[in-house]
Formats: sequence, structure tokens, C-alpha cells
Amino acid sequence: MITIDAAGMHYKELNRLIREGIGKGIKKFFLENVNGQYYIGDGIKGDDVVININGIPGNDLGVFMDGPTLIVNNNAQDNIGNTMNAGKILIKGDAGDVVGYGMRGGKIYILGNAGYRVGIHMKGYNEQLPIIIIGGEVGSFFAEYMAGGIIVLLGLNDSDEFDSEYFASGMHGGTIYLRKKIDFSKYSKDVELYETDENDMNFLKKYLIDYADSFNIPSEEIMGKPFYKIVPSSARPYAHLYTSA
Amino acid sequence: MTKSSFSNIQSEYLALIDHNKCVRCKRCIQNCGWGTYSFGGDKILADHSKCVACGRCYTYCPEGAISIVKNPTVIRENANWSEGLIKNIWRQSETGGIVISGMGTTFKYKKYFDHILLDACQVTNPSIDPLREPMELRTYLGKKPSRLDVDLDENGEAVLKSKMPPQIELQTPFIFGAMSYGSISLNAQKAMALAARALGIVMNTGEGGLHDDLVPFGKNIIVQVASGRFGVHRDYLNSGVAVEIKIGQGAKPGIGGHLPGEKIGADISRTRMIPVGTDAISPAPHHDIYSIEDLRQLIYAIKEATDYEKPVSVKVAAVHNIAAIVSGIVRAGADIVYIDGYTGGTGAAPNIIKDHVGIPIELALAQVDERLREEGIRNEASIIAAGSIRSSADAVKAIALGADAVAIGTAALVVMGCHVCGKCNTGNCSWGITTQRPELVRRLDPEVYGERLYNLISAWSHEIQEVLGAMGVNSIESLRGSRERLRGVELTDAELKALGIKHAGL
Repeated sequence: MITIDAAGMHYKELNRLIREGIGKGIKKFFLENVNGQYYIGDGIKGDDVVININGIPGNDLGVFMDGPTLIVNNNAQDNIGNTMNAGKILIKGDAGDVVGYGMRGGKIYILGNAGYRVGIHMKGYNEQLPIIIIGGEVGSFFAEYMAGGIIVLLGLNDSDEFDSEYFASGMHGGTIYLRKKIDFSKYSKDVELYETDENDMNFLKKYLIDYADSFNIPSEEIMGKPFYKIVPSSARPYAHLYTSA
Repeated sequence: MTKSSFSNIQSEYLALIDHNKCVRCKRCIQNCGWGTYSFGGDKILADHSKCVACGRCYTYCPEGAISIVKNPTVIRENANWSEGLIKNIWRQSETGGIVISGMGTTFKYKKYFDHILLDACQVTNPSIDPLREPMELRTYLGKKPSRLDVDLDENGEAVLKSKMPPQIELQTPFIFGAMSYGSISLNAQKAMALAARALGIVMNTGEGGLHDDLVPFGKNIIVQVASGRFGVHRDYLNSGVAVEIKIGQGAKPGIGGHLPGEKIGADISRTRMIPVGTDAISPAPHHDIYSIEDLRQLIYAIKEATDYEKPVSVKVAAVHNIAAIVSGIVRAGADIVYIDGYTGGTGAAPNIIKDHVGIPIELALAQVDERLREEGIRNEASIIAAGSIRSSADAVKAIALGADAVAIGTAALVVMGCHVCGKCNTGNCSWGITTQRPELVRRLDPEVYGERLYNLISAWSHEIQEVLGAMGVNSIESLRGSRERLRGVELTDAELKALGIKHAGL
């Protein structure tokens, strides 16, 4: 275990200390007074490495990460879990724009809201199944080009509003679960909405319980409402657009 | 709408068989990836509509019995309404599709390289014979320090104190341009990897990830990160000598790419890390890069992930404001900027983009070099020029216009038998280059074509040495950005100004 006081520290130094620590076999990190440092967790490896972050981490948190767990006790900024391969990121507040861009594996749990461009080009591969669960709402351009994985939008504030334009446009893989029914037809022509069945809920249950436990919320509260799922109409949305010269 | 099967488009070529010479060995049937030939019981039959003039059949016909000719049936000539335009209208009215094709534009724009002449020594300074004297082509790509700090050791010898930023060492100023596994076959990539290793240069994975078979070639590979992030993970970033962020491509500036699902077999799926059969869609922009500041963020995310040990390259298409764009890219922290001119190749792109978007590499290069010098940041990044470098002459002119090295793509494929038929998008390449059909890929022997690539680059390197010797310099370094050694012919004042060169005679 190691505590690093990040006050006034450049990201290069902070991340070097983390990489060095992991190299020495340290498993548990506490970062104090983090204030906007970029790239925390960039490209680090180790399934049993846990980094607790107090303060507000900067952009590209967990970019290219491959296994460790990052716990943010506040809000976080843009590009969380960018091109992440494996691991887990918990945000106990709100997240900025571009969550999980091109993410291939691992989990991102956000207690609050997330910004624009969440889950763009997320993709699954073999046993790698990226999962994003968001407690609140999301902005526009949600799940564009989504190619795989799971995104769950809980909308725990229970508002019936949904204000995300360009919803899942170009989606061609993966599944989005919503804890409220929206008239999605005005948002995207590339997807279809279904009611969830028992299989869906059995599959989701373990992740929802994991999410609830991570944030100390009663899981019954989350699962007390029906879920809907959105899947792409086609794995090849643009196949018929072209003709060969 | 009811679909009509009748097409106005006639066969472009005729596959003519001399049945007196033909011994019915059926090699043409095997060799043609397009299904042009079939056996009609007693003789070979040809379906002309399928022929693309890729040249495979007659190259492998043991009797020389095949000739491919342009269909003499004319579409009435009209300089305004060309055959290509008329056919595209038919094609699009029959399908409703965006017309796509492979390779670079087929439009006849002015090729500036062909209007630039090189200097040579006469009397006032001696030329050098490269056969007898050393002629340095070694090139280092990467950021060069703006100052060097030197210490003296106890013997009074100078010792370099400054730490050099990471560099790619090339034995000759050529690299193989980015062509992904998916757009080309694994055997085509292997041929380039073998040649790159033998030559001491590098190839580029393109955006399709790094196949396991190429991992041992890491010292000769640049790995690419494009908007689809296919196969990108921390080990991938660390597996080559440099990482390239692909923003744009000369053949299709500003647009993304779709590798169709039918090309995503098990092996490509594993390399790209996406499911079998799904379209591999590269969004037009990187959705984490909407500004120069965002680009800086990704550049440094990669530097962090590679512990600052690898140069980061940024590839862009040559577009109108390229000088300002490259200045921004250099300030964002790129160690190498790869500029791809509008005649560059592609596995597939809409013709509307390929034929009408972008600017010539020659003009882009001259403007970029000039701008970076003016701003005092030319040393901050190396420049790679690409976009149909067709010969060592193009390469040497590009270097004199300001490039550190050039990249070749189409020329490398031509080595492998490519006849530039432009049908890469169909996946039927008879030469086993731009196809994933196993029976076609198998025929491209990486060893054979690796050696031919080696031969080509060696020959071009020798030619560059000849030119350098004639100009009286003994290092490619001395020619870099030396536009005084270039003169223009048949160019307007505006063109000469953009190129930063004088007219011949002046």
C-alpha cells in the first residue's frame, strides 16, 4: 500500500510513481489531492491493483488500461476508460464527455450523470464484454457506432425526460438497457426497442448487484422498475450504401 | 421500386483466347479471382463482363494464348461527357449507390514531380562518384533537440549531455505506408515485413491491428491507432518502434472507412479484436479528437502508455490549410508528421472524395516545410511524404522539397503483381494482395515478394546516391529541404511560388 500526495504534481511524475509502484509489486494506491492530472491509470496492468483517487482526476482516466481498478470518490472529467481493454472504473459522482470510447473490455460504473459521446464505438470481442452502467442521464451522441458490449442507463433520478439527440446512430452491435421506456424512434433509425425477458434480467442481475454494492445502494431499488433493451437493426448498417466502380 | 436486371454498362475489357494456342490446362480459370473463365466442355469460355484487366491470367498462361484488350465497342467520344462519367451515371441509376473503388484517383491532374528538375555539378564544384565514395542515406525520424548541451570529459573530449528524444533509424529514407490487415492480405504484410527487416526500414500495420505472425518484426513496424481503435491495446502500442495516430488519408481526407463484414474472418477478427462478420467501421473523426488540444491529449496518452520511449507520428491528408494544420500537430507534440497527398491509394473510397478532395503532396510539402522553418519548429518533428511516390526521382524531389523520408504503398503492391486495376474493394484480387480468400492469398509468397521489395528499394536507394553524387553532396541530409537544387518547368508563377522553387533558367 502506498499513499501519494498529488498536490501540485505534474501528471508525468504522478503516473511515473504509479508505474514504478506497480513495478515494485504494490497493489493498493491512495492518491490524495488529485486535481485534474491527466492519464491516471494509462496503460497499466494487473488485475489486483486498486487505485483510490481522492480529488478530481483529469482527462483520459484509465486510457488503454488493462486490468486494474480505479475508484474515484468525486466527479471525473472527459475520456474515462478510453480504448480500455480490461479493469474497472468507479466514479462516485458525475463523468464528463466521451466515456468508454472504443472500449473493448472491463467495467465503468458511474453513480451520477455522464456527458456527451458516451460509449462511442464500444466493442466486444470473444469473452471480453465491456460494460458501462450510468446511474443518471447522458448527453447527446450516446452509443454512436456502438459495435459491442453493454450499456445500462438507470436514470435513478426517475425523471421521464430523455434529452439525448443522435441516440445510438450507426449502432451495429451490443445492447443498451434502459430503466425507462422512451420513444426512441425520434432518436435513431438504426435500432429497435424490446421489453426485456427473464434471460436479459438474469444476465443483467449480477452486474446490477455489483453496481449497487459498489455504491452502497439497495439493489432492489434499481431492479424495482422494468427494463427495456435496445439492439441494432443490423450488424452492417451501411452495407447497401455503395456500388463498385 | 422494381429492380431491372438490364444494365447499360458493357464490358470494359475483352478476354480473348487464341484457341489454337490454348492447351486447355485451365490455369486461367484457377488464376482469375473474378470468375471470368469457365470450361465449356471442349474449350475455355470467357465472361468479358467480369474482366478487370488485372493481368493475372496472361501472366500465368503457359501458352501465351490470352490477350486482354480494351473493348473496342465505343461509347461515342465526347471530351465533356467522358466514358467514365456516363458509366457512373448508369451505375448509380441502376443501384442508387455511392461509387467506390480502390487505389488512388485515376483523374489526370497535373503531376508536379514531373515538372521539377534536379540540379547537378558542372565545373565550379565537383560531383562525387557514389561507387567509390561513401554516400549516406541513413535517416532518423523523430524530434530533434533545438539545442545540444555538451560536457568535456577528463581528456577534454566532448560528451553529449542532452538526452536524444526517441528516433526511428532508417538505413534509407523509405518506409512502407500504412496498409491494414483486412485491406490487404497477411501475406502482403509479411512480404513488407521481411523486406523492411532486410533493408533496415519500417512498415506500418495500418489500422487493422498487429497479427501474431508479425510480432517478431516489431523493430521494423510502426503500429497505427485510428478512429476505430481496432486491435489497439497497451501491448500493441509497445510492440513496434513508433505509434502512428491516423487522422486522415490522401485518398479519402475527412472520411472514415468500412471494412465489410464478409471480410472479417476468424483471423482478421482476432487481429482487429472484433467479432467475425461484423462491419469494421472507422468513424470519420476520432471521437476523442475534435481539436488540436484533443490531439495533444491522445499523443501524450500514447507517450504515457509507452513510457516516452516511442516517437508518436500523426498521419494527415494534404488539404488546403495543411501548413497551419501541421504546425498545430507539431505543437501538439507529434514527433513525426506523415502527409499523404491526394493521389495516394486506398483499399476502398468513394470516387467523389478520391477524385476531388485534397491537394498535391508536392505543394503541401513545400508549404509545410516553409511554415515550420518560419516558425522555428522544423526540428520538432520529421516529415514523411506520401501519396503516389512512383520512383526514386519522386522520392528525391520530395526530400528536396522538405521531406525527411517518403512512404510507398501502391508501388509496393505493384511489386507484388498489382496492375492498379482499382478493384481492391471487391476482395477478389487475383494476385492475393487485396483479398482474404485463402486460395488467392496462398499464391502470394512473402519470401519471393519480400526479396523483390528489397530489390526495388535497394535499386531506388542506389539511384538516389547517383543523384546526390551528381549534385556533389555525400549525404541525403544535405539535400533535405534544399529547394535551391530544384527548378520548375511549365509551371506558372503561382505554382512556382507555392513550391518555393525557381523556374528553370533562373
